[in-house]
Amino acid sequence: MAIVTGKKHGIRVIGAHLFLLALVGLTLFPLLAIVSISLRPGNFASGSLIPDHISFEHWKLALGISYQDVDGSLVEPPFPVLKWLWNSIKIASIAAVLIVAISTTAAYAFARLKFRFKTPILNSMLLLQMFPAVLALVAIYAIFETIGNYVPWLGVETHAGVVLAYLGGVAMHIWTIRGYFDTIPVEIEECAKVDGATHFQAFRYVLLPMAVPILVVVFILAFIGGIIEYPVASVLLRKVDNLTLAVGSKYYLYEQKYLWGDFAAAAVLSGVPITVVFLMAQRYIVSGLTAGGVKG
Amino acid sequence: MVKPEPWQIAVKWGVTVLAAAAALYLVFLIYQSGQPVWAVLALGLFGLGFFVYLSNAAFAYRYLFPGLAGMAIFVAFPLLFTVQIGFTNYSSTNLLSFERATSYFLDQLAPSEGAIFTYTLHADGSEFRLRLVPKHDEEDEQDEAKKKELDAHTYVSPPLALLRPDPPTEVKVVTVKEASWQESEPLPVSEIIKHRAVLGKIKVRLPDGTMLSYSGLRDFAPLEPVWRKNADGSLIQVKSGEVYKANQETGFYESASGERALPGFKVGIGFGNYGRMLTDPNFRGPFFAIFTWTVVFAGMTVLLTLCVGCTLAVLLNWEALSGRTIYRTLLFLPYAVPGFISILVFKGLFNQNFGEINHILNAVLGIKPAWFADPTLAKVMILIVNTWLGYPYIMVLCTGLIKAIPADLYEASAIAGAGPLVNFFKITAPLIVKPLTPLLIASFAFNFNNFVLIYLLTGGRPDFLNTKVPAGTTDILVSYTYRIAFQDSGQNFGLAAAISTVIFFLVALLSIVNLRLAKVNKQEGR
Repeated sequence: MAIVTGKKHGIRVIGAHLFLLALVGLTLFPLLAIVSISLRPGNFASGSLIPDHISFEHWKLALGISYQDVDGSLVEPPFPVLKWLWNSIKIASIAAVLIVAISTTAAYAFARLKFRFKTPILNSMLLLQMFPAVLALVAIYAIFETIGNYVPWLGVETHAGVVLAYLGGVAMHIWTIRGYFDTIPVEIEECAKVDGATHFQAFRYVLLPMAVPILVVVFILAFIGGIIEYPVASVLLRKVDNLTLAVGSKYYLYEQKYLWGDFAAAAVLSGVPITVVFLMAQRYIVSGLTAGGVKG
Repeated sequence: MVKPEPWQIAVKWGVTVLAAAAALYLVFLIYQSGQPVWAVLALGLFGLGFFVYLSNAAFAYRYLFPGLAGMAIFVAFPLLFTVQIGFTNYSSTNLLSFERATSYFLDQLAPSEGAIFTYTLHADGSEFRLRLVPKHDEEDEQDEAKKKELDAHTYVSPPLALLRPDPPTEVKVVTVKEASWQESEPLPVSEIIKHRAVLGKIKVRLPDGTMLSYSGLRDFAPLEPVWRKNADGSLIQVKSGEVYKANQETGFYESASGERALPGFKVGIGFGNYGRMLTDPNFRGPFFAIFTWTVVFAGMTVLLTLCVGCTLAVLLNWEALSGRTIYRTLLFLPYAVPGFISILVFKGLFNQNFGEINHILNAVLGIKPAWFADPTLAKVMILIVNTWLGYPYIMVLCTGLIKAIPADLYEASAIAGAGPLVNFFKITAPLIVKPLTPLLIASFAFNFNNFVLIYLLTGGRPDFLNTKVPAGTTDILVSYTYRIAFQDSGQNFGLAAAISTVIFFLVALLSIVNLRLAKVNKQEGR
């Protein structure tokens, strides 16, 4: 809204555009390159960004279809990418639903109820959350091995176990939702209570409907957190068919067996849906981010 | 409040009783399998749960219980467990507890040179029988008394299905007289060789309880314990007669000459692991190099992402610029693509021989840098990749903060004839630096532990060449810890846990500072 403008205004606008275009170029280069690589024949092909010879061999493999090589031999898909994608989506969405449920109720208690040790619990939760799961992997593995001895469907090498492990990471979400609850006037719920609603009814029918936007944000953050989580899943899941996408993708780029083209197709295939979800939710997420969530 | 109907109360208590029964059953199962500590922990957790949901006194905790229980089990407990492991010598050689290690030694059996039996294999239909005779000289069979003695100790097994995929492993034999068996011609040695693998796994139990095991193409030998326990708790190696004493300091059974029997056992070693971090020269060198690089890496990442992100935020807030929404969406992309995918994409693009980046560099400048082999280049690459991954986050944060600055400040500066640089350093920067600081510290703490980036991109390589414990020049503390615990250096869980504890305290310190700063900001804002 600057009404007063300097003399060099025009040059500056052009300069800014050039700078931004250069950065956009640098930002998009890896993403465009990987799309291009997924369409080139062979696993070591190089060439221009727009491939001169388009081949769908990598895409077929990524979709789980084997194809006939030039020399007539049948090439089988190296890894069950779609299965991995499904595992990831399954684990992440179940975990996200449970995380939303758990952290909403906990946030309600922190925002509305009075109880002892409130501040110490909140602060210690935030501190605990700083302890990265990588460092406790030995302990986490030991816990799930023990659980698995008694409840086999929750043990090591089960998806339910991974979901359970993710339920520990709710502190940040509780914090975010609590912040949102604080902005909703408490008087509305009090009116409901005057009309005879119980605590739980006031929470369920009055507060929750007003908090839907933040619940969406937390759901998406938790969902994406589950999709990209690597260390815990890599320790708890070992069988090829059981892996999540984050754990499995690594297997494409081994020194001895470098499936660069196959990886490119699998990466685009699995990356696009997640990216689209994220972009669609961007508006909501940005507000959640400034509340203090960091994504890896 | 509406009074609950009688059937509602009945359902409530029915469900409660069922849940309690299930919980108690689980606790009982755990206790029965010889894990009293776990059983008590589980009992405590379930008890707390029932108390919270049934008692009116703990009303608020009903909302809290699932979240707190999750954090307690999967964050707090592993943390305490890790700290505790840090004070022990827990590793792949010292996995078992003292009791378990001792009973492992005492359970060990080995064939002895005592009363050996020769055996023959006989076909019986599609199955086979073993015939065992005490080892003897040819002349003994001529002697009537000795022959009788031999016959009394000649045993035969029931028909054994050696060809089945799950052949028998423990076999009870009886004397020939008791077995209703028509003795047939023994099979030739070539036939025994065929079944050698299966026979090798068979343990034979004689009527008097002695266990025999395969010890050659002709012999079965009795099994003897390798170790015997002395009254003072030390173990004696039966064959050599050497005494091994349990050393509770090192966690091994040791002989007088200092020889160690494997496996060792888990013992507390106090601050031994921490001492090693500070004093062991083989370890200290790489440890401090890695620590320095971790700090440099996290600091540089914050600095670079701040420079790029903040510049972009300022530019994209400039009203005179057209197409800002498109720019913003495109520049936000690195944040939207899942991290593990973009990191692996960069791993491929930076490949020395067929990566796109070296193709371009080769075409333009004629160079092919070895991004993964040269320590300095590898570090540069990591910083480039992490800046690419991280700047959108800072950009989003800064955009929000800049939007909150009143526009009339810029109006006033424009009237005063100030340029954009002056605007930035005199108005924008001072106003956003305070609310930004806690977020930058959080970003620093996050990158301090950015395991996935290092692990997926370089795996910590290239390694230091002159160290005993493998350590990488691009390893940060967490990835180094991961390597010590799970990879090439002998799975030293104790040492890894000690380093983890140190990292935790560093990060906790950072976040306490952070909480303070955030609180100060809040109070000033009011």
